Amino acid sequence: MMWENGKKTAYMGVLLSFALILSYVESLIPFSFGVPGVKLGLANLAVVVVLYWYGWKEAVLLNVMRVLLAGFLFGNLFMVMYSLAGAVCSFLMMCALKKSGKFSVMGVSMAGGIFHNTGQAAVAVFVTKTAGIIYYLPALMAAGVVTGLLIGIAAREIMVYAGKALSHDKALQRREVQRHGKDGTKKQG
Amino acid sequence: MKRNDVYLAAAVTAAAFLLWGILHVFLSSPGQRITVTQDGKVLGTYSLTVENTLTFTDEKGGMNRLVIHGGEAYMEEADCPDKLCMLQKAISGKGESIICLPHRLVVEVTAGEEPETDAVVR
Repeated sequence: MMWENGKKTAYMGVLLSFALILSYVESLIPFSFGVPGVKLGLANLAVVVVLYWYGWKEAVLLNVMRVLLAGFLFGNLFMVMYSLAGAVCSFLMMCALKKSGKFSVMGVSMAGGIFHNTGQAAVAVFVTKTAGIIYYLPALMAAGVVTGLLIGIAAREIMVYAGKALSHDKALQRREVQRHGKDGTKKQG
Repeated sequence: MKRNDVYLAAAVTAAAFLLWGILHVFLSSPGQRITVTQDGKVLGTYSLTVENTLTFTDEKGGMNRLVIHGGEAYMEEADCPDKLCMLQKAISGKGESIICLPHRLVVEVTAGEEPETDAVVR
């Protein structure tokens, strides 16, 4: 039992590092559509993987940690605030869609992308008191679909290949059994 | 890829296009002037770039005070019964308007940005 908990902690650490590396890579790419707020959302890849492998509690933890760490490492307090708003919106939506069981990883990730951008735009409206930011919303939504889809495809592939590599992890395996055993009525924790 | 994923992508893309269309057809580029009309008659045209406070009074004594500040126009005060015009957000984009129905007063952003400005910037 202790052994498995330690293992989980280690894997969570690896995935958090993964998220941070992705955040760093993203901060290096001057990736811009000329619309503020549009991001690839690479770090969401790690969040989606944890959400599927472990559950929402672990994913919340990873999400908050990576926003805070990446924000202070590669940005500033202001960015953390924006980021957190986007992350919260996107995460709630992803959990809801995943729980509904009607969507695949791609759909869940897409919702994440869309709501990440929408959430950030909402904060921007609130902070700048400029309703004109709504002009960016269509572009932000469309971008969310595209980036979310790409991240979703990547997450699916990662789970297939890394899942094989980690197949000796009994805790993970048990979750897999839990998930597929009782159709749809999976338990968290 | 489930069917619902496709529906989600299609729905959001469609909503984005719709929103884009609405924003760009009805609320396009930032305007430079506002036109104030009452009972369909033009009371005046004012520049949004000049700070200004304008007071309009109709023949029955109904008063509206419009403020132009920071490139936006908003209704600061009105003695109409509902005061809905004061609650409407500040306008700056072409086509946006503030309407005071009890006083039949309409403030609308009319002229867009001068094209030369864009040419110089680029």
